[in-house]
Amino acid sequence: MPESIETDVVIIGAGPVGLFAVFELGLLDLRAHLIDILDKPGGQCAELYPEKPIYDIPGWPVISGQELTDRLLEQIRPFDPVFHFNRMVERVDRRDDDGFRVVTDEGDEFSTKAVVIAAGGGSFQPKRPPIRGIEDYESGSVFYSVRRMADFEGQRIMIVGGGDSALDWTLNLAPRAERVTLVHRRPDFRGAPDSANKVRALAEAGEIDLLIGQVAALEGEAGMLSAATVKLVEGGEKRVEISRMLPFFGLTMKLGPLADWGIELRDNLIPVDTEKFETSEPGIFAIGDINWYPGKLKLILSGFHEAALMAQAAKRIVHPDEKVVFQYTTSSSNLQQKLGII
Amino acid sequence: MPKITFFTHEGKEFTVEAPVGSTVMEAAIRNSVPGIEAECGGACACATCHVYVDKAWQEKTGEPSPNEEDMLDFAFEVRPNSRLSCQIRLRDEFDGLIVRIPERQG
Repeated sequence: MPESIETDVVIIGAGPVGLFAVFELGLLDLRAHLIDILDKPGGQCAELYPEKPIYDIPGWPVISGQELTDRLLEQIRPFDPVFHFNRMVERVDRRDDDGFRVVTDEGDEFSTKAVVIAAGGGSFQPKRPPIRGIEDYESGSVFYSVRRMADFEGQRIMIVGGGDSALDWTLNLAPRAERVTLVHRRPDFRGAPDSANKVRALAEAGEIDLLIGQVAALEGEAGMLSAATVKLVEGGEKRVEISRMLPFFGLTMKLGPLADWGIELRDNLIPVDTEKFETSEPGIFAIGDINWYPGKLKLILSGFHEAALMAQAAKRIVHPDEKVVFQYTTSSSNLQQKLGII
Repeated sequence: MPKITFFTHEGKEFTVEAPVGSTVMEAAIRNSVPGIEAECGGACACATCHVYVDKAWQEKTGEPSPNEEDMLDFAFEVRPNSRLSCQIRLRDEFDGLIVRIPERQG
């Protein structure tokens, strides 16, 4: 059993609203750990539109998704948040002493007084490619990431896609597999030009097969693939015998395991009150795009407001005996000390 | 205002009006045309507003940009007339534009 990490608050989701929650909680002396399925902070801002301008952040006539993320990270640095990336929270269980036990798919365990769900549109998960019947093979033959190299040693692997993941795994697995076939819908690759050139060189040397087209059909039985048919752009079809498939079709947002945490949902959103932004489960809060209340607007600025009010309520749960005095960062020496200004 | 006609995969027809300067994706979402998801909200970052532009309109609407072509890698059954509808900005001469919605989005 891994050691449980003790904290005041676990924030699920390190998007802009989750990040700002660290600030509001920090001003009230609450320590936070953040868990995110991505490998970096910023959520949709970093994953979907890092370069795209945002025009409705107060005080910023224009700011990019990445810049906003960077600024928030700078703003919360005094509170020393701890990030846990590449993890999805699988369970949130209420403990007898009224706190929560939070468990991730990597087996980390947290012991916390309050949980803040700031999961935006849900967790980013690999997109299932548009191939009929692919779900039948997901238990044994089709993988969306390489977790254990051994699963691919000596196999006939079909890699599908044209980004860095597809190119990198083609290069990595080619020496270890019996055969690698890379399938992409066009001759140009999204991934790094250097990797693309290496892949083309391997194909020219006959070390791998490179097919330009789209996977049209799969064959196999009992959950194990035996062949795939590729519809070629130049015309015609090619049937390739395979035992593994690695499709890389990007990420999509799914609600994920939070549907099983006993929280009331409404159209895949979490209803909350507008005083504390608490869910149907006391001690579990929901802020940002994932929540719903009458008049809700899915704006980053709404999430910031929700984070501030949530923090007041979380404070009362974590430190029930402390009196909370409302203070301004501009004038409170106490808050300025916490921010490391004085 | 230009009129756009959407045909769903099942052959249902939706004709809607949308202002010049807005996108085909926005026209679909505002009018609740089924089959356009636009998960990323129009940032050319998700490929869930994929449409097939009617062959007669392909030249007018133009080719996808390199960035859009990259995102089309994530779409379902990409064809030569595939576009992301958030990247087709309406002009006066697009009045009568016809697009078809694929069987599914990503």
